[in-house]
Amino acid sequence: MKPPPFRYSAPTTVSDAVALLVEHADDDPRVLAGGQSLVPLMNFRLAQPGHLIDLRRVTGLDTLRLEDDVLVIGAMVRQSTAERSPDVALAAPLLAEALGHVAHPPIRHSGTVVGSIAHADPAAELPAVALAADAEMVATGPGGARRIPAAEFFLGPFTTALEPDEILTEVRFPPFPGGHAFVEFARTHGNFAIVGVAALVALAGGEVTRAAVAVSGMGPTPLRLTAAEEALVGRAPGAAAIEAAVDAGTAGLAPAGDLHAGAETRIDIARACLRRGIEGALARALDRR
Amino acid sequence: MRDLHEITLTVNGREHTLAVEPRRLLVDVLREDLGLPGTHIGCEHGVCGTCTVLLDGASIRSCSTLAVQVDGRSVRTVESLASGPDLHPLQEEFWDKQGLQCGYCTPGMLMRAVEILEQEPDPTPEQVREEIASNLCRCTGYQYIVEAVLAAAPRLRGGQQWDPTAGTAATVPTEAKA
Repeated sequence: MKPPPFRYSAPTTVSDAVALLVEHADDDPRVLAGGQSLVPLMNFRLAQPGHLIDLRRVTGLDTLRLEDDVLVIGAMVRQSTAERSPDVALAAPLLAEALGHVAHPPIRHSGTVVGSIAHADPAAELPAVALAADAEMVATGPGGARRIPAAEFFLGPFTTALEPDEILTEVRFPPFPGGHAFVEFARTHGNFAIVGVAALVALAGGEVTRAAVAVSGMGPTPLRLTAAEEALVGRAPGAAAIEAAVDAGTAGLAPAGDLHAGAETRIDIARACLRRGIEGALARALDRR
Repeated sequence: MRDLHEITLTVNGREHTLAVEPRRLLVDVLREDLGLPGTHIGCEHGVCGTCTVLLDGASIRSCSTLAVQVDGRSVRTVESLASGPDLHPLQEEFWDKQGLQCGYCTPGMLMRAVEILEQEPDPTPEQVREEIASNLCRCTGYQYIVEAVLAAAPRLRGGQQWDPTAGTAATVPTEAKA
């Protein structure tokens, strides 16, 4: 199928883009970045925006920069650009690793990091990474910009804390001095994953001092597994701590089954991914010391 | 509501100015407005890859791209590969190694293979398998496609027969119907 008719604007400033969102509020406006989620949904008419506001000409949104130790990614930075960026490899290696799992290179050439986060697919990689990394979302609306912590951003499937007149203009990834790992299970590499795990751990004095673990595909949003984190902190890195974290992290999960995997299967897969993710992050944290 | 937008596209080295509805997909503008039906339409949601074209040298899905999104940019399609009756080395190797059966995926496979060999002129079989996984083929089992790409690699490294940057179509595309 093809998209039904809609109006289209390609403004050159963020304030013009926001003004268009306000002006066409009754016309179901949507913001377009790379379009790799939105255009397929429009092809199938699952999304039928009345007005599309394309950010491609907005100056300043295609930049990726380090502010002190914080990696700041603008709304039009393509996934393939971020994947190849030495700044991302250095400042947010968890993001760099996860990007390799996002669809295939031809999709990543168009798709954006920030667009994927704003799309908020509960099975997608980048929202889980943002949640584990305690990223900050910069939402720009008529009153200016505000920052939303990742923990308060994902509200439901494809639903975020963005107001209808706000655009996610930047995502800020703070540094994490430790080890990282992104692990997922997909039927075929590049297809939508059934479960993904983003893990960050820091070590000092022979024990885990900090842990951040998020999982995708196990609920209506990516989920932060605080029970797994608590099971790790204060423990020596090793099999006992990892198993305790796997048990604690998966104890409260109640995923909905679908044709790809039933609920029990998903929990089994989550346990395996969680184990591999935490092991991988711990191994890197040990290398780093 | 016919909201036409004027865009300029350079396709296979030739510039076109077109008035398009914003809902028109790049693949449809290539096939219908510019008379270049070599790019195929498959799944229409970015999964199968038969619509793959190069945008400023990087592979994209033309079924998941609105034509208005690529205003001012440069597109290469499968029509740019052959030079008159002379096939591109990748096309010859796909023929020789039987890297196709029904041929539906071939335009996308070829354009993705062009990019793979531009990025890694001397790939291992494993690298070709990994990279070509972006495109689906339901006939060949991929074995002959991988062999064809590997066979084309040394010929393109030699570079004496074909200039991959020339980007000029042998068959001149018809002007835009607008």
